[in-house]
This record gives sequence, structure tokens and C-alpha cells, in this order.
Amino acid sequence: MLDRLLEATGGQAREATADDAVDGVTAKWVAAPSSTDQAAAVLRAAADEGAVVVVRGCGTALDWGRPPRAVDVVVSTEGLDGIVEHEAGDLVCTVEAGTRIDDVNAAVAGSGQQLALDQPVPGASVAGALSTSRSGPRRMLYGGPRDLVLGVTMVRADGVVAKAGGKVVKNVAGYDLAKLVGGAYGTLGLVTRLVVRLHPLPTASRWLSSSYASTDDAVAAALSVVGSQLAPTAVEVRRDAGADCAEVHVLVEGTEHGVAERLPAAAELLGPDSGDGPADTATLARVEAGNGDVLVKVAVPLTHVAEVLRTVVDLEQRLGLPCRIAGSAGVGVLHVVVTETASAATGAADAVAELRAATGQDAGAGSAVVLRAPAEVRDLVDTWGPVPALELMRRVKAEFDPDHRLAPGRFVGGI
Amino acid sequence: MTALTELADRSRDVLGGQAVVTDEASRRTYECDGLAAYAVVPGLVVLVRDADEVRHVVGLCNELAVPFVARGSGTGLSGGALPHAEGVLIVLTQMRTILDVDPVAQRAVVQPGVVNLDVTAAAAPHGYHYAPDPSSQQVCSIGGNVAENSGGAHCLKYGFTTNHVLALELVAPGGELVRLGTTAPDAPGYDLLGTVVGSEGTLGVVTEATVRLTRSPEHVMTLLAGFRSTDDAGAATSSIIGAGIVPAAIEMMDVLSIQAAEEAVHCGYPDGAGAVLIVELDGPRAEVDAQLAEVVAHCDRAGSFEIRQAADDAERALIWRGRKSAFAAVGRISPDYIVQDGVIPRTALPSVLHRMGELAEQAGIRVANVFHAGDGNLHPLVLFDANREGETERAEELSAQILALCLEHGGSITGEHGIGADKVKQMPKMFTADDLDTMQLVRCAFDPDHLSNPGKIFPTPRLCGERPGRRQGSHPLQEAGLAEVF
Repeated sequence: MLDRLLEATGGQAREATADDAVDGVTAKWVAAPSSTDQAAAVLRAAADEGAVVVVRGCGTALDWGRPPRAVDVVVSTEGLDGIVEHEAGDLVCTVEAGTRIDDVNAAVAGSGQQLALDQPVPGASVAGALSTSRSGPRRMLYGGPRDLVLGVTMVRADGVVAKAGGKVVKNVAGYDLAKLVGGAYGTLGLVTRLVVRLHPLPTASRWLSSSYASTDDAVAAALSVVGSQLAPTAVEVRRDAGADCAEVHVLVEGTEHGVAERLPAAAELLGPDSGDGPADTATLARVEAGNGDVLVKVAVPLTHVAEVLRTVVDLEQRLGLPCRIAGSAGVGVLHVVVTETASAATGAADAVAELRAATGQDAGAGSAVVLRAPAEVRDLVDTWGPVPALELMRRVKAEFDPDHRLAPGRFVGGI
Repeated sequence: MTALTELADRSRDVLGGQAVVTDEASRRTYECDGLAAYAVVPGLVVLVRDADEVRHVVGLCNELAVPFVARGSGTGLSGGALPHAEGVLIVLTQMRTILDVDPVAQRAVVQPGVVNLDVTAAAAPHGYHYAPDPSSQQVCSIGGNVAENSGGAHCLKYGFTTNHVLALELVAPGGELVRLGTTAPDAPGYDLLGTVVGSEGTLGVVTEATVRLTRSPEHVMTLLAGFRSTDDAGAATSSIIGAGIVPAAIEMMDVLSIQAAEEAVHCGYPDGAGAVLIVELDGPRAEVDAQLAEVVAHCDRAGSFEIRQAADDAERALIWRGRKSAFAAVGRISPDYIVQDGVIPRTALPSVLHRMGELAEQAGIRVANVFHAGDGNLHPLVLFDANREGETERAEELSAQILALCLEHGGSITGEHGIGADKVKQMPKMFTADDLDTMQLVRCAFDPDHLSNPGKIFPTPRLCGERPGRRQGSHPLQEAGLAEVF
């Protein structure tokens, strides 16, 4: 197998080490193709040998979801790196899958442009963000990865190369496979190249912050800004573990004149204690979760945000587990971190169940997904919760990866 | 008894006699959608009232191996709702209830036959609107918008249908009722929702949609600028975008389409204009004011000889009237015309317009141009007279050449009208056989028997058979009861 991988990648393959384990599962080999053709050769070799493949980007979310049932080959996208094309006038950029979001932004900033993707975990690749549907504060204005990716090139489990979408902003030809592989955790194919939509960098950008005695007050203030005509870029609510207050942070962007006029109006909605915050986007986007912590992504209708925050405070008091929550009141995607869980696995599992109940996942309203958790907790929780249309998803998986060799077991329903 | 006769009889038992249309004259009224060049009389028409009825009909189609096509308002421009001669046309126009409008959650739940503009009308009292606004929004249905991933003049800033649909209820081609997505973003599992939007009715029949409502802007400013040429108007567009301004819309019309619009609706565009730009800015008043000054300066510098600003809604409507009437208006200057829909990278606009002019001259055919300049979506109107010997063929050939030109520049063969029946043959020019094969893996998962709107999008149906090593149904671990809990 190693010989075939070495041949496929022009020498960029090796035996795996302990560091290459995926979420505790030991791998046998690592291959790092540097082109779509090489990636296709790697997946063909794996198909011939019946080898199980897990795709690794920058490794920022390799332990999200369930651990794979086995790993033969780790396909690293580190060699798929760089900007392929950037036509500034089109506000579109083609990048290799493993390119870091930071590197894309560094490359296009000179043209006054940005890839407006926030990073809960810094250092992520563009394909990694797409594959795990990661987003942050500015999703409220710019959308998430699913909204910003215009086209993909992918290699199927059988090594066939396919593309969908294109490099124009507007395009409805054929099925939108970028949506399908987005959020699929690498279980449908290996994305090797993407076309992303860029946005102009705003001239002025200011955060406004305020603090409230109760989470209900904070959410009410946040929603008043969300429902206003101020067109904020972000409206974040946060509550730190054990805190007796909750915060709201609002990002106002635009022209110098426009921002200067809108800030006082936003401040009025936030109340008398609001002021220009020391906040910055990268810090607010970041989700800190250590090895003993349970990280839960909560997605709810805006009407359920207050309930989720109340639940977090209540859980902390009843279970004695410090909980943090932060996320977008304008989008309804928040991250909850339950800490000190290693010695309180049962309590942490209860916390996940109660959070999920608060989202209304059973009734199809929202969801609470455990992105990462210590093994003791993971054994006790339902990582994904109820998933509607699971049978259709299994059929999609069976078409794309009939032998279940791409990250088997990592995704919903054991997919 | 033929399968269709049996299907009609058994549908009648459940839907009632009025809802099942069998006589030929009545069926013939459904023979085409907005693209009248294609017409097929459907074998049977059923008028459904709820999801159960859709499920019943689709279930019968499965049992009897009869193809089905869903139809909303029938305004599509690619023959996406072209009926099947031996199939059932499922008409959804009676499913017209807006089930819920929740301004705090910024959501509305609607049945598929609800007209696009009615969603906005229901949300407007709360200060919200439904952002995707195809030109046909007064008549087109949300179900049709979902099938086609409809855009509109304002999608430059606000995105397409796919960015505004949160959940769908779908009768899958096998007859099962499924929910895709939730009322919140990022439902766990594959993004089947994003896959179904824009799949042109080939992955089932949508019976309910949960859509996002957008807060209406504080201020809207619409500006009309007259230019001597499309080159000048194109230069203004580039410098506006290049300055980091994202207007709600930038639309361009060339001299021929201006002439047609004048004759049809007397829109009073600037005299002697070789091109006009309509630029709409919206958002907080302070931002709009600041950007307006910049946009005017960019137009001036690019050589605009007249700039008008709409002071109120009535003036804004007047500016838009010429643009919105343009497709129909060319009927005034040409007995027949083809509406083309192609996309190019915005930066290729000047060279593509020049080349298109050369091709038109060579063919001896006139082309009027109306397009969304901001996102490079062209709508060339190829004008011809079918009564003149050979002109239809030359117009069709020119129309195909224009699409080829879009592809040469890295664009797309459709920006918003869809592939439908019309552009099936063009698909292999944009996608490889492997690309199309891979897309059809999704089709095989949803509809292995190709019953849902067959013959659309894909030139060659994939054989959805058993393949070596393929596991049928659920995974062994799940069967063993091990995997389901995760």
C-alpha cells in the first residue's frame, strides 16, 4: 500500500505515527497529494486495496463528530495549498482545499477584499470550514460556508474526479454538490479545490458592547438590534462560566460616515451602559474548549435563543458544571462549552440532553450537536441527536461511498 | 386498462373527480410553461390540495411506474415544468396558504403554490420582506422558486432562493414524506435541503417551505444613469464594484432594449442613451447617502450624460418599469425572440458584449441586451421573424453561440432560468461526463427509477443499478443495532 501511495503522490507518503491518530484511532499511512490528479490516484489506490480513508485538513476539527471505526490512510490536504486564481473585479477566488482561511485573506486584502469566514478554531483550512459547517459572528451578514462556496472539485471514493458549480456568483446549472459535501465531515468525498465568494473590506468597523444582569435582558437587547434597520454585521450574546452577567456585542460596519451615524442608534437600543467595546472579531469568533470540555453547537430559531441561555445558567447551577455560551443572536448558532466534565460524565451527558430539549430538536425546531467531548462523556451521549430524513442520507452515502470507506462512523446515524 | 387510466381512477377515489383532469382539451392548457417553444400534452393532470394527496399520487406513480412532473404557476423559462406525454402533471396552485409568519424568528412557513410576492405582502406589515425577487414575482410560486433556485434583480446583495430557504417538506420520489432542514440553520446530517433547492423537480415534490424573512431597509435610493455606450456603462459598473460598494441591484439595458421598453411602456429613459444603468442602494440612511454620492461620481467619471434619482416610490417604480417590461417589450420591435440566460465573470463583460455584437452581425440577427450587470448574468434577447426563411435556425444558432461564449469566459449556461428541457444538450459543454455522473448519484439515491421530472437537466440518465460491493439499505452495524444510537 505504501508503495502505491508513494507512487500516487510523487513521494509524499509515509507510515503513520502516533501523532497521526484520528480521535484516538490509530492510522497506518499518511499521504499528502499536491494536486487533484494525485488525490485521485491516492483514492484509487485506497479503493483497490479496500482501505479506509480519513481526510485531514489543518487538523483543527479532526476530533469533531464520532471517531471513525478504523483508519488506514490519512489523506492530508497540506500539499493542496495556495490561491489558484483571484480576479479582483469579480470578487471571486479559486483556492486549493487545504489553503488556510488566514492565507486567503492575506492574499486578497491588498485588493480591499476578504473571505468573510470566521474561525471558531483559528488556523482552519477553507475546505475544513466547509466540511464541518463552521461559522462565527459575521455569518449574520455574509452567510456561512454553504453561502460563500460557489463551486467545488472533489474526488469520489472510487477516485473519480468531479466538479460542480462554477466560478461565477450566479449559476444554477446542475446539482449543487458544494452544498452536499458541505457539513458532510469528509464522508462523501475529498474536496480538492474550491471557488469562494469574496466581499469588499468595509472602510469602518466598530464593535459596541454592553452587559446585562440577566440573560433574558441580554437576549432582549440583542434581538432589538437584530430586528432594527441598522443592518449590523454581527450581534453576539455571551455568558461566561459562573458569571453574574451576560454580554451583548454588536458589530457595525460600513462607510466612516455611515458607521458614525449608526453607532449611537445601536447604543440606544443596547441601553445606557453600552460603549465602544475592546472586542475584536477574531477573539469573539473563537471557541475555547479544552480536552476535558464538552463542546456543543446549538442551532435554534431566534425565538429560542433566550431559552437556550436560561438553560445553560440553570444547568450550571443544578449540575455544578461551569458552562460558557457564546454565539450569534442574529443567526441562532451558538457554542456551549461545558467544563470540568471528565469526573462528571453523567452530569455532562444530562446537560447535553437538556440543551437539546431546549432547542426543540425532537420537534424539528433546532439542534444540539456534540462537536467534541472526552471519551467518558462521548460514550454516554447521542452525538448528533435525532436526524430527520436519515434514510435518504444513508442512500446518498451508499451511492457515493458504497463500501463505507470514507471516515466510516464519524457522521450521523453511524454513516 | 392502461397504467394512466388506472392511476386516474384510483386518484379520483381519493382526490375527487374535479381534481383529476382527463379530457384532452383541458389537459392541453397545461402543455407548456413560460417557454412555449416546448409543448407536450400531459397524459393526466391532478390538482392537489395537500401533502397527503401529493403522497398518494406519487405513491401510485411508483406502484404503476408512471413518471410525474410538478408544476407551480408555470412561469419557468427553461421548460422545467414541461409535462410528460405518458405521465402525470401534479399541479400545486391550489396549495396557496401562508401557514405562519413569525417576524421575531424571521421566518414564514408557506405552501408551495403561494405566490412569491404574497410572502412579502404578508411580511410587510411587520417590516420584513422575502428577498428573492424574480421578475415574475407577481405570479411565480415559491415551489417553483425552490425548484429553480430563483434569483432576481436584488440577489447581487441578498443572495438566491437557496440562501433563504431553511426547511422543506418533500414528497420524495419513492412516495415518502420527509423534512429537510429545520427552522434553525445547520441541521445535523447531509445538507439535502441545499441539494434539493435548484434540482428542478427531479428529486421530489415540495409540499411546504420554511423561508427566511429579511428586515426591510430603512432607506432605498434608485438611480438611473444614461450612457453613450455599453462600454461606458460597463466601466461605471466595474468602478462601483471595485470601490467596495455592494448595491442592492445594478441592471443594464442596451440601446435596442431601451427602444423596445420606450415603445411598450413609455418609460422616458434619457434621450440618445446607448445604454442605461439602474443602480439601487438600500440600507441604513446614512450608508445609502454616503454611497449614493460615490455612485454618482463613478457614473460621472465613466461618462454618464444624465443621472436621475428617484425621490419616492412612484419615481422608483417608473425607473424599474422599463427594465421589468423589457422581455415582453421586445415583442414590439420583433415578431419573435429567444430569451437567453448566461453568466460571465463580470470583468469579461466588455469583451463578451463586443464579441456578441460581432456574432449577431455575422448572423444578420439583432440582439437586445438586458442584464444583471452586477453579477454578470446576461439576458440577451435574440430577435427574429419566424416567417422569414431560415431565420429561426440562425437565431437558434446564434443563441447557442452566445452560451458557448459564456463558457469560453469561464461562465455558466444558466444564471437563473435553469436547465430544464431547453439546455439539456448544453450540459456536456459545461460539465464532464464524470461531473454529470456524480450529480446523478444523488438522483439515484432519491429516485432510482427516474420517475420525478425525467428528461430534465441531464442529457443521459445514469443507470441506477446494483454495483459490485454495494450494500443495499442500512449499514450492517445499524442492522446489528450498534450504530443507530450515535
